[in-house]
Amino acid sequence: MIIETGHFALLLALAVAAYQMVVPLYAATRGDERLMRVAASSAVMQFLLLCLSFAVLTWAYVTSDFSVLNVWANSHSAKPMIYKISGVWGNHEGSMLLWVLILALFSAAVAAFGTNLPPGLKARVLSVQGSISFAFLSFIVLVSNPFQRLDQVPAQGKGLNPILQDPALAIHPPLLYGGYVGLSVAFSFAIAALIEGRVDAAWARWVRPWTLAAWMFLTAGISMGSWWAYYELGWGGWWFWDPVENASFMPWLIATALLHSAIVVEKRNSLKVWTILLAILAFSLSLIGTFIVRSGLLTSVHAFAVDPERGVFILLILCFFIGGALALYAWRAPQLKAGGLFSPISREGALVVNNLLLTAGAAAVFIGTLYPLVLEAITGNKISVGPPYFNFTFGILILPLLVLVPLGPMLSWKRADVWAATQRLWLAGAIALVATLIPVIAQVRGPWLAPLGIGLGMWLIAGSLVELAGRIKLFQAPVTTSLARLKGLPGQAIGMMLAHLGVGVMVLGVVAVTAWRVEVGVAMKPGDVVEVAGTRITYVGESPHTGPNYSATVGRFKVESGNRPVAELTSEKRIFLPSRQPTTEVGIYSFWTGDLYISMGDEALGGGRNVRAYFNPLVTLIWFGTVIMFIGGGISLMDRRYRIGAPKRAATVAVPAE
Amino acid sequence: MLKRILLAFFIAWISVVPLHAVQPDEVLDDPALEARARGLSVHFRCLVCQNQSIDDSDAPLARDLRVLIRERLTAGDSDDQVIDYLVSRYGEFVLLKPRFAPHTLVLWLGPFVILLAGMAFVIRHRRRDLNVPNEQPLTGEEAQELERILKP
Repeated sequence: MIIETGHFALLLALAVAAYQMVVPLYAATRGDERLMRVAASSAVMQFLLLCLSFAVLTWAYVTSDFSVLNVWANSHSAKPMIYKISGVWGNHEGSMLLWVLILALFSAAVAAFGTNLPPGLKARVLSVQGSISFAFLSFIVLVSNPFQRLDQVPAQGKGLNPILQDPALAIHPPLLYGGYVGLSVAFSFAIAALIEGRVDAAWARWVRPWTLAAWMFLTAGISMGSWWAYYELGWGGWWFWDPVENASFMPWLIATALLHSAIVVEKRNSLKVWTILLAILAFSLSLIGTFIVRSGLLTSVHAFAVDPERGVFILLILCFFIGGALALYAWRAPQLKAGGLFSPISREGALVVNNLLLTAGAAAVFIGTLYPLVLEAITGNKISVGPPYFNFTFGILILPLLVLVPLGPMLSWKRADVWAATQRLWLAGAIALVATLIPVIAQVRGPWLAPLGIGLGMWLIAGSLVELAGRIKLFQAPVTTSLARLKGLPGQAIGMMLAHLGVGVMVLGVVAVTAWRVEVGVAMKPGDVVEVAGTRITYVGESPHTGPNYSATVGRFKVESGNRPVAELTSEKRIFLPSRQPTTEVGIYSFWTGDLYISMGDEALGGGRNVRAYFNPLVTLIWFGTVIMFIGGGISLMDRRYRIGAPKRAATVAVPAE
Repeated sequence: MLKRILLAFFIAWISVVPLHAVQPDEVLDDPALEARARGLSVHFRCLVCQNQSIDDSDAPLARDLRVLIRERLTAGDSDDQVIDYLVSRYGEFVLLKPRFAPHTLVLWLGPFVILLAGMAFVIRHRRRDLNVPNEQPLTGEEAQELERILKP
């Protein structure tokens, strides 16, 4: 009965979504303000219904109700509680339900917080949100119902894919979906603006916090996914250019571009046509990402749902929204009025360059991910596109952008003096130069480009700090003045500084681990010693271990550095019970200079155990950098200018929609 | 005593042979040749895995390919010859870095064409904006508002 309640709530939510899609749009066209208000109430209603539905499915997982097909196929009564709960979205049906739940959450948030939006815009935005929700709820109800029952109740479930049984992966999908789906708000705002025929500074200011929130979720989700791949997949990499990683990376790149171009719309009332296009593209890429993951179209380590019929359904949804949005764009965008002019050398100009390079970078990822499919469909030729392609094309496009990042904030609006801006960066340049020379002088072996990479990272970090120092007149005014100025800085300024600094920190980690990683693979017997980057690793021995739903072989390693014992690490090879699928649990010890990473292999041919040990210098900085970027986003989001006073539009009546 | 312990350590140390996913028996004696083999293997896809190179993979087929590469190198093949040989046996699918050829033009040049197209778009729009008068006519309400503000 409880299960049926959840199913019924889902159907009701579908009906509410249909209502939310149609009525507010009609009301907005008629200019009927009273009828427009139903948009907000239906958005909240839909959210509550989906909460109920999701809660019921979670309940079925928590109580291991194997009469539900979905629970039986993806859960097991011996699983720890956290994985019973995360199992709700560790499968196709449940994750789609989570997707629409988060969509409804964002719609409800727009309804609740968008009190200062003009009623017409708000109604249209929520109507577009309703249409997306309607499409995906139809998909769930028609072809992937999570509440389907089994006639005969099995005694035990089949278990969750063991590789997904990990704390980071438990929260990775909700974060990522928060990002994917959050971009729907920017999309809806873009569509509503196209219908209204009006884009202005106020519009940009309303869109920006939503984009920023989605961007933060995406950043956290991608970072967590990368961290998981690092310690779970057991071969020490942190980014694989895997189709599913790319699927989340493309919207991130476009959302980053959108964040920057929306600034130009807000401050200078320019780049509107382009910003609208980015808003459409960002969510379109999210939809494509969902399609790639859900259809199992591309081979990937993540593809755990392969079903062509569902793929076709999502493809249709995709064509409708992306095609429809782009058609509307082609029709309406040329009518948008151009805004403030600017010289090519200006803050606006720099942001255009940022947008071009980020978009081209996203295009490289897009083409690399999908080209093999298209080529095979057309000519039957099968090719692979792997890391060497992405590193080359994406690298070429994104490197100039990274070099230019510190320069952008130094340029003034409208018309800038490059020479003056460069002069303000002399200190950052000097720091970068010293940082480049350190590895050269220390004669660290490795690729000749690596010192330049370190220089680039320090250039970004120092550039951000110099920019901040300039704003608060550090060392130019009394310290108290500087402190007062720091306190008075808007959240956006600090947020930007931190985000750019985070990129620099990340670059340091990426360069160091790519250029100077040390790896040793050995067959070891108990008592054997191997040396990796100055640490001595002794293989103590191995013992069996039984977990709640797996059995494991645990290898123990003694780590010594400079004749001092540092740590005792364990690395496991686990075999999960229902599926007999093996996974690796690596042992990691973090020094200040990097991670020692030990991964157990299979038994060696000549006896003993194959062990791989890596020293990954500065690898933690990669994720630390993303954390700084995330915090920067958060501080920027808390900028009070988003909440108080500012978003007042001059007039609500704009160019008529016809 | 100390000498014997050191000796024991030394023997233990030399008995552990470097490998990656690479098994000890695969490794070539010539370090230069081995380095070339490693450099090549990151460019080949493990055909039975999901998106792993043969350098990373523990799969038996990946091992066979690694051994094959080393055999060809030992036989005196150049890097390009090894690549050609593997492509002739397993098809272009085995390459993680597709060749620059007519059927991959879009792949290799696409991103850069898009960058150029974006630049052209920006320049054209700039020209257009420069030619079009920039002022947007005020709506009725805006005009009233302006009048209200400007009135002393």
